[in-house]
Amino acid sequence: MNKTLNPDLFSDSLAYEPNRKGFGEGLLEAGKQDESIVALTADLVESTQVEPFAKNFPERFVEIGVAEQNMVTLASGLAAVGKKPFTTSYASFSPGRNWEQIRTTICLNDRNVKIVGCHSGVSVGPDGATHQMLEDIALMRVLPNMTVVVPCDSIEARKATLALAKTKSPGYLRLAREKTAIITTEETDFSIGKAAVFREGSDVSIIACGPLVHEALKAAEALSKEKIDAEVINCATIKPLDGPTILKTAQKTGLVITVEEAQAVGGLGGAVAEYLSENHPTRVVKVGSQDRFGQSGKIDELWHEYKLDTEYIVRLIKKAYRKTSR
Amino acid sequence: MIHTEKELELIANQIREDIIYMLVEAGSGHTAGPLGMADVFTALYFEVLRHRPKEPNWPERDRVVLSNGHINPVLYATMAHAGYFPRSELKTLRKFGTRLQGHPERLRLPGLETTSGPLGSGISQAAGMAYGLRMDGQKQQRVWCLTSDGEHQEGNIWEAVMFAGKNRLSNLTVVVDRNNIQIDGMTEDIMPLEPFAMKYQAFNWHVIEVDGHNFDEVISAMEQSKAIFEKPTCIVAHTIPGKGVDFMEFDFRWHGIPPNSKDLPGDPPKQMQAKAALERLRTLNGKIRSEHE
Repeated sequence: MNKTLNPDLFSDSLAYEPNRKGFGEGLLEAGKQDESIVALTADLVESTQVEPFAKNFPERFVEIGVAEQNMVTLASGLAAVGKKPFTTSYASFSPGRNWEQIRTTICLNDRNVKIVGCHSGVSVGPDGATHQMLEDIALMRVLPNMTVVVPCDSIEARKATLALAKTKSPGYLRLAREKTAIITTEETDFSIGKAAVFREGSDVSIIACGPLVHEALKAAEALSKEKIDAEVINCATIKPLDGPTILKTAQKTGLVITVEEAQAVGGLGGAVAEYLSENHPTRVVKVGSQDRFGQSGKIDELWHEYKLDTEYIVRLIKKAYRKTSR
Repeated sequence: MIHTEKELELIANQIREDIIYMLVEAGSGHTAGPLGMADVFTALYFEVLRHRPKEPNWPERDRVVLSNGHINPVLYATMAHAGYFPRSELKTLRKFGTRLQGHPERLRLPGLETTSGPLGSGISQAAGMAYGLRMDGQKQQRVWCLTSDGEHQEGNIWEAVMFAGKNRLSNLTVVVDRNNIQIDGMTEDIMPLEPFAMKYQAFNWHVIEVDGHNFDEVISAMEQSKAIFEKPTCIVAHTIPGKGVDFMEFDFRWHGIPPNSKDLPGDPPKQMQAKAALERLRTLNGKIRSEHE
């Protein structure tokens, strides 16, 4: 196990926090360091956690109202005159609704705008399918010039925000609504474009992103009791993908399971499968929504229903491992 | 005024001729809108705009955002005449490797402030620039957004109009090409926009309606917009699509095609269209006999 991870990871005292909170802290910190950072929201000051920035820097905060297309195009204009805008909304609306504007006025136009999409995944819970964004990783990953980051917890979200504030090209930061496990610590390495080995293993590789990294780590623990030694990789940057780290683990284990709270096609699983099929053909089994939309419920109920929880990952790996081996 | 009205008319006419040459050479592109906006572009670039064509990234320049990217032949021809790049480059329009892409791409051509084509996003970007410049306390620089009437059917436009009105972006001037045509027909048949000026007024904008071919009116309105505080300005420029070529004027069939590409009932046969258009431009539709003939 990576020694910098939260020592309470498997204890009852493990703390939980929404990763959007880490974004809010990171943006405030970035704003203190760099006066050109500005933030925009589409009527969601509190729930996107842009609030600390808005309160501390009211003159650098822009309330757009319920108009996500205007938010990103206006941000492109702000970037044109030297600002570094962060736009905030729910991922269903931004980048869900305003994809073309992001494509043309930010990516093709290469403007330094950071799109922050909160409330991704079915873990949004009671709000139901309309607000549970599952397609955003695919939508953003396919755009030239775009960087895509999916932090696993609030600490990593803070680091990712600070790192994105320093890049000069378009970026997408994907966040979740619910409290999720604090997996990492201040000491855990994070840099854009780098995947981190959270647990070393030799039989199977679990490549995960977002809050489900916790489920992946729990699954690896459970599998060790079944004499299956799983490697767990936190792939926080979906684009640019950390090819060398993925290649190394695939060469070592020969079986890759991807885990994400998104459509199983087009996202992290798609990126890993594309990379390995070209560089080191390996069996890739994708955990994610299987061509379905979400629905109302509690996080545990939904992760179970959509086959994203520890129990399912363990079952899947046992089956896939038997089939693949040896 | 820096130029006399006659001089401006001459520049605009040369720009129109270049537009015809460019489109024929390219074999595709839009004709009516660029011809209709030649006077407005001439007024802006040769009389009003704060810019340095030889220093396109001059930090104190005004910003020009072309929202309806498809009329870029008029933008490119005007920029070339103003000295941003050689006129000889105009013939590369829409060709492989060109800086003059079919729709404007900022990263390819110095002097462009943005990339546009998909309609309805220009005013938002211009508003963002105006807002950002104001945050920095810039008082001299203005943002000019050139847009069309048809694209006001896009929702994104009205989101931006609302924002600029709320935030009293007095350093923003939007010029709307009110030529009443769009690809499928007349705007009032496709999706009516009237009462157009009243819509902007209702969003707390200062609105000026002008004859888009009268230099005095266009320049006065642009100058007036600089003096309006507390409100962004919308100049509704009533223009004639295809202006300067009688058989193209007021005819929506000329919105999205170049000369010499298609036979159109009532117009010169297709291989004669460019020649006829240039003759109309040089003789002001037969009113004068010039040495060009």
